[in-house]
Amino acid sequence: MFWFFAAILVFAALRVITARNPVHAALFLVLAFCTSAGIWIQLEAEFLGIALILVYVGAVMVLFLFVVMMLDINLERLREGFWSYLPIGAVVALLLAAEMALVLAGPYFGLDEAPRPASSPAGYSNTKELGRLLYTDYVYPFELAAVILLVAIVAAIALTLRRRKHGKYIDPAAQINVRREDRVRIVTMPSEKQD
Amino acid sequence: MQYITPLWPAYPELFLLVMACLILIVDLFISDDNRVFTYGLTQFTLAGCAILTFFTGNAEPVYTFSGMFVDDLMADALKLLTCLAVITILVYARAYTAARGMFRGEFFTLALFATLGMMVMISANHLLTLYLGLELLSLSLYAMVALQRDSVQATEAAMKYFVLGALASGMLLYGMSMLYGATGTLEITELAQSSAEGVRAQAVLVFGLVFIVAGLGFKLGAVPFHMWVPDVYQGAPTAVTLFIGSAPKFAAFAIVMRLLAQAMGADALVEEWRQMLLIMAVLSLAIGNLAAIMQTNLKRMLAYSTISHMGFLLLGVLSGTIDGYGAGMFYVVVYVLMTLGAFGIILLLSRDGFEAENLDDYKGLNQRSPWYAFLMLLLMFSMAGIPPTVGFYAKLSVLQAVVQIGWWWVAVIAVVFSLIGAFYYLRIVKLMYFDAPLDHAPVTASGDVRALLTVNGLAMLVLGIAPQPLMVLCIEAVRASI
Repeated sequence: MFWFFAAILVFAALRVITARNPVHAALFLVLAFCTSAGIWIQLEAEFLGIALILVYVGAVMVLFLFVVMMLDINLERLREGFWSYLPIGAVVALLLAAEMALVLAGPYFGLDEAPRPASSPAGYSNTKELGRLLYTDYVYPFELAAVILLVAIVAAIALTLRRRKHGKYIDPAAQINVRREDRVRIVTMPSEKQD
Repeated sequence: MQYITPLWPAYPELFLLVMACLILIVDLFISDDNRVFTYGLTQFTLAGCAILTFFTGNAEPVYTFSGMFVDDLMADALKLLTCLAVITILVYARAYTAARGMFRGEFFTLALFATLGMMVMISANHLLTLYLGLELLSLSLYAMVALQRDSVQATEAAMKYFVLGALASGMLLYGMSMLYGATGTLEITELAQSSAEGVRAQAVLVFGLVFIVAGLGFKLGAVPFHMWVPDVYQGAPTAVTLFIGSAPKFAAFAIVMRLLAQAMGADALVEEWRQMLLIMAVLSLAIGNLAAIMQTNLKRMLAYSTISHMGFLLLGVLSGTIDGYGAGMFYVVVYVLMTLGAFGIILLLSRDGFEAENLDDYKGLNQRSPWYAFLMLLLMFSMAGIPPTVGFYAKLSVLQAVVQIGWWWVAVIAVVFSLIGAFYYLRIVKLMYFDAPLDHAPVTASGDVRALLTVNGLAMLVLGIAPQPLMVLCIEAVRASI
């Protein structure tokens, strides 16, 4: 069962970056999320699995699809300069990958290093335990994450909200409260002599 | 089970959070003419926060929120200084922001949230809270850089800052995940314990350390991770540059201490990160000082000078002794004071529609305003490290710490590059005193700016003559916390 999900996941993830059509890429990402949710549920992390489907597939990816469909992304412009940067980029990436592989393929990351956790008793609720931890031991980081979201809202509004410069909107209250002095200016002028 | 934790060590943070949310709401009901009220409320909040920090301070470390939050002497000292620095920034920036349509509620709330992020970082005893504090600070800063939305330069700077900052956060997180993999804990005190006992997967620990040091290098702006610093310093509105360049360095120093000196403080590990920091420090000193010579834009020049100062800071930290850490902290305090003063002068000389950011704008400042020219002279002497200003003492104590561990040659390199660096600081002094002014506009400032700038400039001299109390405080703070 694991291999089945894993094979689909790897295939979908590869298609996300190789698909030419951005809509296809987004749909493959949905597939990747669904299969990884399946893997999580197999690991008895049912809350995470369901949250992944509800939040990412249900909300984030739908928005993503909307944006991708609405924006007319010109792929040719994005690909400009791709070939000229490829050699140096490839060399750096290969070096990094090789160095990381040397450490990661060492004796520290084998299956023996991660023993199978004891299975939980019947009636054990993963979700309840997560909630308990989140609101007790981890309440401080939890609140901090909330503050970060608040800052994101403030920043997004501050950076994008613009009042229209030439709007035809009229504030009725200002209209009613208008005083004579606001509209009429009385200018005293000396009378001109007639030639 | 008992879940109630003592809240009092976190009173300053809680007060700041509540007031920031309150200001966010109150500001909606204030018209543009009365924006000064928001400003006053913000300053009141910061002052209250500083006072609370002072009165909840204690010498022994206190842990709360399940060991995720620590309140110790170093945290108290750095938080107090952070609050004072932000107050100064807002005073200096007031006229500048008002002239450029940035004197708005968002500017103040973002500044307050950034301050909260710094305080969280300073008090973090858990990699999770450390990271969240860092993100809170960075997000607020990205937004502040982009606040002048019609300026192409500012938008470009914000974009660069954002992309490179995200990359640095990724590196830091990856390193943290490796530490977790090797030790099985994220709490800094427990990390220190298990790394001192020696873990089986030592290679994984060092592997994580590489990523952590790289991430910290990005955040500090040390070579070779410095590319963003000059562009962001130049592109951001000067008031925001002042913010980025000053107070966050306290928080950056705090996380360097928490991550390297505290969590990875075992001797075997100190040997590992010392080598990495050494490369970064020497390169920063070299490239920072050499590149600064060629700049004609003062903001860009100060950006390169920041890089070289970060090199000095890293020299203090890499000595790995209490004296070295203390010297590092002293250096940060002095660096922030100098940056505040220098950018304060830039803000003072800028006016509506005019940015005093080119070196030529400083020609003949002595004839226009002898007192400000004198203050700038003190600040530049201090940055260059000329006695009797405090910059000399800060550099000297760092070098002492390096010599103590027997690294003579590093000290020699640092001195040589400081000598090269003195050139571009003294060039400003020469421009101010021996050239004819190009610009004859009168230099005006409100009373509070004048008073604070005077205190700030004279502090260079006073601290330089009597550095001992501050030095003792720094060393004691570090000793009590490590």
